[in-house]
Amino acid sequence: MSLDLRAAAKMLQFDEKADRVVPPTGFTARLTVFSSFAMAFLAVFALALSLAAGRVAERWGDELAQSSTLRISAPAGEGVTQTEAALRVLRTTPGIVDARALTIDEQRALLTPWFGADIPIEDLPLPQLIDITETDEGYDAAGLRLRLAAEAPAAVLDDHARWRRPLIEAASRLRILGWASILLIATASAAMVTLAANAALAANAQVIAVLRLVGAKDTYIARAFVRRFALRSLTGAAFGTLVGIVALVLIPSRGDSAGFLTDLSIQGWGWVWVILIPPLSGLVAFIATRFAARRVLEELA
Amino acid sequence: MLRHNNAGNRGRDKTAVIELENVAYSYGGGELLTDMTLSVAPGSFHFLTGPSGSGKTTFLKLCYGALQATAGHVRLFERDVRGLGRDDVAILRRKIGVVHQDCQFLDHLPVTENIALPLSVSGQDTSGAGAEANLKELLAWVGLTARGDALPPELSGGERQRAALARAVIMSPDVILADEPTGNIDWEMSQRLLTLLVELNRMGKTILVATHDLGLIRAAKAQVPTRVLRISNRRLQMAGADL
Repeated sequence: MSLDLRAAAKMLQFDEKADRVVPPTGFTARLTVFSSFAMAFLAVFALALSLAAGRVAERWGDELAQSSTLRISAPAGEGVTQTEAALRVLRTTPGIVDARALTIDEQRALLTPWFGADIPIEDLPLPQLIDITETDEGYDAAGLRLRLAAEAPAAVLDDHARWRRPLIEAASRLRILGWASILLIATASAAMVTLAANAALAANAQVIAVLRLVGAKDTYIARAFVRRFALRSLTGAAFGTLVGIVALVLIPSRGDSAGFLTDLSIQGWGWVWVILIPPLSGLVAFIATRFAARRVLEELA
Repeated sequence: MLRHNNAGNRGRDKTAVIELENVAYSYGGGELLTDMTLSVAPGSFHFLTGPSGSGKTTFLKLCYGALQATAGHVRLFERDVRGLGRDDVAILRRKIGVVHQDCQFLDHLPVTENIALPLSVSGQDTSGAGAEANLKELLAWVGLTARGDALPPELSGGERQRAALARAVIMSPDVILADEPTGNIDWEMSQRLLTLLVELNRMGKTILVATHDLGLIRAAKAQVPTRVLRISNRRLQMAGADL
């Protein structure tokens, strides 16, 4: 269906007399408002889900791009030797940008949240940690483990990227699923509005016959229906969006612990998408009703 | 071929408001009307008679573009209906006022708004002082001044016919088509309606009335020159002069 913008704008112009020619249709009016309300409410959640999944994927992705950790728990006297050997191996391994042994102070800082600042770290048999920074392509973990086993047998490679990657993929798919849900919601909204508009047009066949008898153009007849359904959908979607936002706000805050479910919120530019839900719903209703009106008027000609 | 105007027969009239040339109309595999040729001159008064089911309503619908002929050509104001889009037909229809036997209205709107409907759909002002004065004058002309705020279902048969006539003429159309306008009303009311149609004809409007009512035709003939057409055996004929 071609969308003539001038004709579309004319259809949305307020014309009290044109609006009055179609009698009030209580049932289809309520049905349209309710379905738009429900769809907008669901769209807010699908949007929040998608945006939250996107944030999780991004956060985990950023962490992936940081470091892996090598832990050397060597017997007393061999720690320094094996650390130096491990560093030599790491610095000659393709895919590794940098490898650096953490200082005593840095290791103390890592333990402070659990044991306090006064911990006598020098007296504890702590493993030596080596921070590894990868290239974007990463390194061959299996090959590195083999080389480390030969050069520094006490080294244990903590390759956290390997378990986070599936989570990132899951989060990315969840984001796609969220957008797909929004698309389905829009399609279902269009289908429901089309059904309601078809019912209203069929119920008003006599009105259409009278209007044609007195010389009404199809645009005039369609306008009364299109404006009505677009406005109903806009109203329902505005309320649905508002209630959806309130429901999101009522989800308990995540506090200090990061969690996916407690992060189901709209942030930053995400609000632009939320604000667009009612006008997009109205636009979908406008297009669906215009399509239905043209088809029915063609059939009744 | 029938050529009709008040001045008598002529050749093909270039100013004919309605012109049918070898028109046929078929529906559901059967031919309802066949080989109809007619030229209606401006300002003429025609009656169309024929038995029930002969196709009078179909004929009128062809004359205002509600139906498309399956053969031949229908020209309204010298424009062939076949080549026109629906919007063009809608604009042409504003020059033709139609009154049906079962006058259809928008039942949720008062009589005044129903009568003003042709103005509304053509984008003309209906709320200005001039428009309201014209509307009042029109209501008075059809004797419905006191019924302007009533809803159509509250009107009697005669009142509905007069309201339909008011709606048909509010755009000051060149042609008035009436389909059995006196079918549901008593003799007195039908005479009143005829008086209104005769007045319109004297104002220069072209009138075409489909009716069974021979009394109505005789009463009209006594007041204005009229021609009587008859649909018989799917064809258009001149009716006998004894009418």
